[in-house]
Amino acid sequence: MSLRTISQSSLLAAAALLAAGCGNTAPKQLVSGDAAQRVYVAPGEHDEFYSFMSGGFSGQMTVYGLPSGRLLKTIPVFSQFPENGYGYSEETKPMLETSYGPVPWDDTHHPQLSKTNGMPDGRWLFINANNTPRIARLDLTTFETDEILEIPNAAGGHASPFVTANSEYVVSAIRFSVPVPNKDVPIETYKQNFKGSLSFVTANQPGKMDIAFQILMPGYNYDLGRAGKAKSEGWFFFTTYNSEQAYTKLELNASKNDKDYIAAVNWKEAEKCVAAGKTTTVPANYRHNYMVAATRSAVSEKKTSVKMLLPTNCPGAVYFLPTPKSPHGVDIDPTGEYIVGGGKLASVIPVHSFTKMIAAIKAKAFDGELDGIPVLKYDAVIAGEVQKPGLGPLHTEFDAKGNAYTSMFISSEIVKWKLGTWEVLDRMPVYYSIGHLMIPGGDGTEPYGKYVVALNKITKDRYLPTGGELSQSAQLIDITGDKMKMLLDFPTQGEPHYAQALPAALIKDKQVKFFSLKDNQHPYVVRAESESGVSRKGKQVHVKMVAIRSHFAPDMIEGVEVGDTVYWHVTNIEQDWDILHGFAVLGMQTAELVLQPGETRTIAWTPKAPGVYPFYCTDFCSALHQEMQGYVRVSAPGSGVQLSAGVSPRSATQQARAAALPTAANPHAGMKMPAGGR
Amino acid sequence: MSTRARLLLAVAALLGLVALVSPLWEVRLGAPQYPEGLGLRIYAHTVTGIKEHDLDNINGLNHYIGMQPITPSAIPELVYMPWLIGALVLAGLGVAARGSRRGVLLWLAAFALLGAVGLWDFWRWEYDYGHNLDMEHAIIIVPGMSYQPPIIGSKQLLNFTATAWPGLGAIALGVSFLLAAGVWVGTRRRVEAA
Ligand SMILES: [Cu+2]
Repeated sequence: MSLRTISQSSLLAAAALLAAGCGNTAPKQLVSGDAAQRVYVAPGEHDEFYSFMSGGFSGQMTVYGLPSGRLLKTIPVFSQFPENGYGYSEETKPMLETSYGPVPWDDTHHPQLSKTNGMPDGRWLFINANNTPRIARLDLTTFETDEILEIPNAAGGHASPFVTANSEYVVSAIRFSVPVPNKDVPIETYKQNFKGSLSFVTANQPGKMDIAFQILMPGYNYDLGRAGKAKSEGWFFFTTYNSEQAYTKLELNASKNDKDYIAAVNWKEAEKCVAAGKTTTVPANYRHNYMVAATRSAVSEKKTSVKMLLPTNCPGAVYFLPTPKSPHGVDIDPTGEYIVGGGKLASVIPVHSFTKMIAAIKAKAFDGELDGIPVLKYDAVIAGEVQKPGLGPLHTEFDAKGNAYTSMFISSEIVKWKLGTWEVLDRMPVYYSIGHLMIPGGDGTEPYGKYVVALNKITKDRYLPTGGELSQSAQLIDITGDKMKMLLDFPTQGEPHYAQALPAALIKDKQVKFFSLKDNQHPYVVRAESESGVSRKGKQVHVKMVAIRSHFAPDMIEGVEVGDTVYWHVTNIEQDWDILHGFAVLGMQTAELVLQPGETRTIAWTPKAPGVYPFYCTDFCSALHQEMQGYVRVSAPGSGVQLSAGVSPRSATQQARAAALPTAANPHAGMKMPAGGR
Repeated sequence: MSTRARLLLAVAALLGLVALVSPLWEVRLGAPQYPEGLGLRIYAHTVTGIKEHDLDNINGLNHYIGMQPITPSAIPELVYMPWLIGALVLAGLGVAARGSRRGVLLWLAAFALLGAVGLWDFWRWEYDYGHNLDMEHAIIIVPGMSYQPPIIGSKQLLNFTATAWPGLGAIALGVSFLLAAGVWVGTRRRVEAA
């Protein structure tokens, strides 16, 4: 069957299935009687799992409770977030620095929990940026983005960030091969000049992410990856497509070969070659951004080189496993034995055996070489094929009972099949166009099982319509029995491209409730109203401000002139859980600030015209929230209005608190304003 | 007095040491927005929050009704109370050494007096905090309402339910008093029997 026939028949089948799904009662019949009970989490009760879903093109992460499907938090990662000033405030702006300058948006795809012994350990979550390749680390005690590393010599960081069994590395592979290092060449010279790269990033120490080494690969598209585990620990697997090395009309030209490849990388072997100095140091321009805990301010560092390993200089490090038709997913079962390919245009699901692969390598069962990388014989490594699995298999996760669950994009369904016998056991339609799916712990060595979550691209008739753009969705399916049972669907923010989940008990008691004011080393921290005030440095006015229920200090500022930039350094001096304050000024062209207890954040404001501008608290904080406001007066240049700030101590309480706390060791401290300005 | 009675007296006296290290009283506050609660521990020498920042947070909330902040360093009783308890312990040990029933009675009388004055003083402080409000800083004023927490038991103060209860230190003092009183009563019976 030619490719054209396959894709045409697939599309026809997809259309037929969509038609069958729409406008009849089939979806409703899928829900059995106790579905509502299975997902009902009573008021005041907590969900059993945290589920971390990528926000796709929103550039963010979203956190949902399972089984309820309740949205718990949106965490900004690669996109500016006016809701709390992330990417706008002076402390967080450096997080979005790249070698291209500040990049305020990206496309997040694959969340990965940090792991110990192949299972989530609740320390961190990693997530990739697809467009301008980066990997971020989120801290699971604060649910905040703490670190971002740009990946050089890369374009389209799609096969990222997959993590090894003990979080030694998070790994990123290039989706769009490019000249490495990038340079001005005719696109027609793709075959000579374009290269792929696999980046191994050290990940097991906060603030220290770094490119340990890159492997230079043939110029294909690398799509997804997974670390080996258990039996196959020490190996890493990546899917490739476009082994045709096409550079135009890829939908046709990159779909010609009968087989593409899974690249198997023995990273322990590669590590040895790196240690033995078999790499070349290549100039590269990239950024490493990280939060300093004591100041809660980000630093952006420029990096200038990377260690590059050529497979030819490290024999035994890289092999190719032939895999039918543009494989997307490469997923390793809990025992580490089976390597499941998901050929999005394939009519079977091919499964390789790790044991057979090692034997084939020993026996040199090769079918030639590509750029010095041995290609193993398909028959020597294949363990089995799942026949007639459905259309467009993409991604597979596993339960703890030897079953695999594969998402089928074109036929919009999840197919359950048995490892070893390769027989299809069950199917469940999903609504619609599923990409990844997720079983809590389903990429680990001991999946928690219980549910599979379908991450869907299209919702059509699932919810109340909202114009031309409809939300994307997740669907929760019970997998505890022989047959899958649909329990719930819920809308998601952005594209829920992939997700990870862990038992809530693993992290819920470790949550930071407030940041210690005592330990706050921000250069402009104010720990009591008596330390607040204003100061001028040339055209810069620095306001050190306290926010506490229910006022700001200072709350009356004069002497700012047009042409000045005002830096508002606001500290929320509350030390009480969930008592936040916000800050915004009339006409501000950046964003508001939202301040967690004990946190200092700075936002710059450049007034354009004389006048009096109110500022106020934007986060409803107390019965007197509406009274939490103040004024700043802006005068014409040279008007001679003395810079001053009215600081009105709220009560003796504040004096007591100030006396109990050490004063800020701060050389940049503004002049102390006399109390009682009103 | 028997060696056993004197030993029991010594134990009673030494129980007073518990009151130097354990809270004498606890006040807990709960409100809809504070499901985890806020609380104070009153020791012989200081006042602390039950959680790290409870005292600050209580003071912060109290400003809405113009209540004075609770500043341990400004409460003179917290300076001399440990000495008084210490003196009581030493006196008790002295009485145990001498084994005089009259001494026991005197010690019990001093103990009772100290306890009564202590409780009255505590009540007086609470009365002052609850009634002597700074009207300039009082944001929420309910005419005629006082904000005096109870000595023992529960009371509703605006959105807060305040519950006060003796702490381990006060319980140890109570046990100490009862033990000494028991020794006094027990030795009288023996005298009568003889
Ligand atoms: Cu506020």
